[in-house]
Amino acid sequence: MFRRLPDPRARPVHFTFEGEALTAHSGDSVAAALLGAGIGHSRTTPKSGTARAPYCMMGVCFECLIEIDGVPNRQGCLVEVRDGMAVRRQQGAPGLPEDLAGEGGQ
Amino acid sequence: MTRTDLAIIGAGPAGMSAASTAREAGLSVLLIDEQPEPGGQIWRAIERNASTRPEALAFLGPDYADGAARADRFRASGANYWPSSMVWHLDCPEEGDKTLLVAWDGVTRQVQARTVLIATGAMERPVPVPGWTLPGVMTIGAAQTVLKSSGLYPEAPLVLAGSGPLLLLFAAQCHAAGIPVAAVLDTTPSGAMLRGLPYLPKALFGWRSLLKGRRLMRVLAQSGIPVYRQVEGLEALGAERVEHVRFRSGGKAVKLEATTLLLHEGVVPNPQLTRLIGCEHRWDRAQRCFHPVLSDRGETSVPGVFVAGDGGGIGGAIAAENAGRIAALEIAEDFGAVNRPSGDIEIVKARDNRRAQMAVRPLLDAMYPPPAWIGKLDGDVPVCRCEEVSARAVRGAAADGAPGPNQAKAFLRAGMGPCQGRMCGLTVTEILADAHGKEPDAIGYYRIRPPIKPVTVGELAALDGAD
Repeated sequence: MFRRLPDPRARPVHFTFEGEALTAHSGDSVAAALLGAGIGHSRTTPKSGTARAPYCMMGVCFECLIEIDGVPNRQGCLVEVRDGMAVRRQQGAPGLPEDLAGEGGQ
Repeated sequence: MTRTDLAIIGAGPAGMSAASTAREAGLSVLLIDEQPEPGGQIWRAIERNASTRPEALAFLGPDYADGAARADRFRASGANYWPSSMVWHLDCPEEGDKTLLVAWDGVTRQVQARTVLIATGAMERPVPVPGWTLPGVMTIGAAQTVLKSSGLYPEAPLVLAGSGPLLLLFAAQCHAAGIPVAAVLDTTPSGAMLRGLPYLPKALFGWRSLLKGRRLMRVLAQSGIPVYRQVEGLEALGAERVEHVRFRSGGKAVKLEATTLLLHEGVVPNPQLTRLIGCEHRWDRAQRCFHPVLSDRGETSVPGVFVAGDGGGIGGAIAAENAGRIAALEIAEDFGAVNRPSGDIEIVKARDNRRAQMAVRPLLDAMYPPPAWIGKLDGDVPVCRCEEVSARAVRGAAADGAPGPNQAKAFLRAGMGPCQGRMCGLTVTEILADAHGKEPDAIGYYRIRPPIKPVTVGELAALDGAD
């Protein structure tokens, strides 16, 4: 969904998303790295479970909330992607037992 | 714990300029910023681009490239700089120092500051059109950010929709970078020039901005990008993500294919910190947003807390820099760090520079009025993205007796999700104002409480006492 302008001086950064190996450029935020890798959505909502993707990319919309190295609720647009990072989609409200998540919650 | 004369929040034009100025006067300065690099949104990734991607400076334009010298000056100022750090609480007791709690790398650091400058800038006005929560719908600023910081651009067909200078600038930047734009949907109501005319004489003080605006309009006109004018009733359509946009232009219904839809309806102050400290705010009718009430010095109604830059009212980068300089000089004078006559001369100069920049605002406000339809919203369209609360539900809360946003929040959970009302606050105020037939000043805004960004229990527990 996003393409990259040629940048011969960029250093590749290797990370995983949902276990799949992906490559970003150094200096990318996690959210930008996912856009660049063609990841369509990065979280689902706690209420209806619908797919969401980053909206503002500057730390105000919280649509890029994501799990990074086991820590949920990170703002993907504010964290720089690093070699070896394990990134996972944030499904619904993290850390909430299913019976508390409400109808349609995960 | 860290002690400082001046804590500045935000490393954009206002924050960097204030830090440099206050350091020159000999104050101890701590600048805290969420981003890993200085520059704010306007000069995002300026250091990396200036050193390794000169071709990016060419298509992003000279005003962007100007940021490199500003970042250099800031780096050389000797200000203490905490990047990738998030202020999640600011406590301002009546007596004594202000306390800031700052999350950084899994711990919370405590700062005691004699004075605080909030330079957290603006955010784009949320544009709650049907389908705006679909993946692939973003703000123009979001796309500009990833273009600056990562050289990323949306795949064709890319549609831009909205009104105002940033839309024109981004279209011109895309054109210069060779990024195809399928269509520009201009939502500006007809008669922009006529509306602007009465404000033109005063705006001539800001002639540089006017020339830039004219140049951008010409670039768009000559670019060959199809422009649809007087666009109304915009909708994003799609199942998993945006696939089409639908709208009316000149009375005709149009449907276009779109892989990405970028929205922009102007920028508004980021209200979180000024709301948190409870300083006075006032509704700006022309810009349809709240502004913190500031003295000539840039001070809020909370003594010792200043605001500079777009967070205090939209004026752009150069106005912000000068506001940062004014606030820093005023603070330095209060501390006796600069002697009055020379400090006052500098303040007068900075005020003149700022005034020339602000002179174009009434013209821009008249030409590109903020969308009047937001307050009229009804139906299924989600207003609060986090908690998925519709416009109809907000109207329902008004009918059920919710006088303001805080009651609506209690009824509906609107504003209680992770963004803490950043995305729905203005819309909820506008809808309630419309439903009750009152002015937004009488309706008010969400009460903002700490932490203003989500913090982990670990970050709360790891509050450092000594640093």
